[in-house]
Amino acid sequence: MSCCGSGAELAILAAPDPREVLLISRTIAGGLRQTDLSVPDVHCGACIRTVEQALGALDGVTWARVNLSTKRVTIKWRADVAPPPFIETLRNVGYEAHLFEVDGDATDTTLSELIRALAVSGFAASNIMLLSVSVWSGAEPATRDLFHGISALIALPTLIYSGRVFFRSAWQALRHGRTNMDVPISLGVLLAFGMSLYETAIHGPHAYFDAAVSLLFFLLIGRTLDHMMRERARVAVKGLARLAARGALVLQSDGAQTYLPVGEITVGMTIMLAAGERVPVDSQVTKGLSELDVSLVSGESVPQPALPGSVLRAGTLNLTGPLIITATASANESFLAEMLRMMEAAEQGRSVYRRIADRAAGLYAPVVHLTAAITLAGWMFVEGDWHHAITIAVAVLIITCPCALGLAVPMVQVVAARRLFESGIMIKDGGALERLAEVDTVVFDKTGTLTLGNPRVVNSDNVDPATLALAGAIAAHSRHPYSRALAAAVSTTTTPIALDDVSEHPGCGMEARLGGSVLRLGRPEWALTDTSSMDLDGSSVVLSRDGQCVADFRFEDRLRAGAAETVGELKRDGLAVEVVSGDRETPVRTLAAGMGVPYFAGVLPGGKAAHVAELASVGKKVLMVGDGLNDTPALMAAHASMAPASAADVGRNAADLVFLREDLSAVSQAIAVSREAGHLVRQNLALAVGYNLIAVPIAIMGHVTPLVAAIAMSGSSIVVVANALRLRGRGKSDKSQGAGASTPRMSVRMEPAE
Amino acid sequence: MTDYFYLIPIAIGLGLCGLAAFLWSLKSGQYDDLQGAAERILHQDDVPLSH
Repeated sequence: MSCCGSGAELAILAAPDPREVLLISRTIAGGLRQTDLSVPDVHCGACIRTVEQALGALDGVTWARVNLSTKRVTIKWRADVAPPPFIETLRNVGYEAHLFEVDGDATDTTLSELIRALAVSGFAASNIMLLSVSVWSGAEPATRDLFHGISALIALPTLIYSGRVFFRSAWQALRHGRTNMDVPISLGVLLAFGMSLYETAIHGPHAYFDAAVSLLFFLLIGRTLDHMMRERARVAVKGLARLAARGALVLQSDGAQTYLPVGEITVGMTIMLAAGERVPVDSQVTKGLSELDVSLVSGESVPQPALPGSVLRAGTLNLTGPLIITATASANESFLAEMLRMMEAAEQGRSVYRRIADRAAGLYAPVVHLTAAITLAGWMFVEGDWHHAITIAVAVLIITCPCALGLAVPMVQVVAARRLFESGIMIKDGGALERLAEVDTVVFDKTGTLTLGNPRVVNSDNVDPATLALAGAIAAHSRHPYSRALAAAVSTTTTPIALDDVSEHPGCGMEARLGGSVLRLGRPEWALTDTSSMDLDGSSVVLSRDGQCVADFRFEDRLRAGAAETVGELKRDGLAVEVVSGDRETPVRTLAAGMGVPYFAGVLPGGKAAHVAELASVGKKVLMVGDGLNDTPALMAAHASMAPASAADVGRNAADLVFLREDLSAVSQAIAVSREAGHLVRQNLALAVGYNLIAVPIAIMGHVTPLVAAIAMSGSSIVVVANALRLRGRGKSDKSQGAGASTPRMSVRMEPAE
Repeated sequence: MTDYFYLIPIAIGLGLCGLAAFLWSLKSGQYDDLQGAAERILHQDDVPLSH
């Protein structure tokens, strides 16, 4: 088997509507349209070749290029033809692809601005440092003045270009009467530059151009790394399959069918909903029979029947038969919009979290500025020499400028985020890492979080393999979760069985002909002529031959890999664990009892958020782990939140962390890494404070020359960076131990991206 | 010492050249897909520039 792609099991799934491809592509110059696809399985040179050749061979495609770093492919195609079948083509060569929205964020301007600022300050810092070295080694006064002058010429444009990142943010904070880390940075840099300029003008011996510029350089490194970490997580999460409908096929009064974006659907419109599509807006069934997967919306694991008159919530998945439905609400009044409103309410209710760096800056800035002011006053009192007193006060500001502080926190968080990234966990920002470390209660959703949300056959060992193979062959023609479970239960080595006239009867099951007999796979009442002799419970499926029972199958929602171990581990670590689910009492009780944790069943979406808020009000720091639309208000209300990659779109966007692999141990792993990172952040802050305790008295005494400032600043920065990198070393050793246990593939929900 | 001052503008000029080259490479998208570029060099066939 090749290293790349294994798409055989995907062949039975429907492809997204080409009208949807058209809807989210965008027009570019030259009569072309551009479509971006996210292809998570691309990971080597051979993959690039396969994907580009397959797409390039399509009619109408003029250009296709894979970006291996972001796992995306950009396709340009002629606007005058119908959208070529991109996703089907990729599926045939073994790659699952999702549509990726390109609008709005074609380029990340902030990142390129930061990198350019970093490059300019790096250039300036190295050149000024070169000139400074000759000054420190005792250049003649004339040479020294010349070098100071050249340094000033290099430093001024650098300060304007690279420094504005900090000046802008500091000015924003000051204007709103707040202070952040950028205020002391800006003040220190500007004063150092101003004083050095004056010193150069009066031909004085001490100029701090090198300190001012290398300070900018070091801080920009921290700032850029921090930004890259957040950006990478954002892009990775965005590339997952979209689980909400983007549009729907609307039947107009004159009989014409048009594909409308969800936002344009109004109350009373008639919508044709094919099997495998998600309900776009809240609606009511007018015609058709089917079953609906509601797990992502309400948490119920058993598919719900849909008949004429049934009320459908936006976001549920139509499984077995086509339906004609009438919209009862527009998109911004549907279930999804209601969840968004609840999310906003939950967010307002949550106390605002201040990041450690900002809290440190809140204490730091007044202390530093006060120290500098006292130094100034002290030297004025002792010597009465304005120039000397100001020189020393500025030296104090430079030496205390939070170079180490500005680097100490982001460095650790970037290293931690990288470690999580390698284990398939995306973190949205550094603040989330700090909040995660404080968590003392973990609330799990059931369906889709503790369980995978898709059932599995529990009694396949009791069934004769030939019968199982037959059931599997029939089941392969349906997308009902039970059918998929049956198809998956069949071992791949059995020879395929040729069936005739396979048909699906929505709400009942599958029917097929083999030889002269009729086979039925589905509900006992439908498949069997006589059910009175059987002992059957509601969620079982039978296989019958001409009305006679051949086998019966029982299903159970499958636990996520590592779910029990993770819950056990969390409890051992002293965290309180709870299960809060929207599903019925029985399955929740069975699951919670198996793990020995308290549970709440049949909880409404608002109830989940209220429960989390209640825990928070008694001082608990809650980590909410959930995937459904109904979990999103609770994700927002919680102190920290996590969602699997299979979660609803809003849930993924609301969560602080998203884990891509199937294994639930991501939760305990993320908590462990965040706590370790918390230790290192505190260590780094202690190092920075310790450095100041030594350096500040020396600066106050007036012994800090530009040479001492340069050594002290670089030294402290290197120490905190080296300390942060220790987290990385530990990550490596953990990984080598646990490499065999973790699943290497991304577990993205195997569904078309609508 | 003063005889070697002409080296200073040369040094700074070289530095500026490096900076300009970096900014150009950034702008022309050469850092967009570092992993992909590393793989492509192994797999892509050479296409002759002229026939």
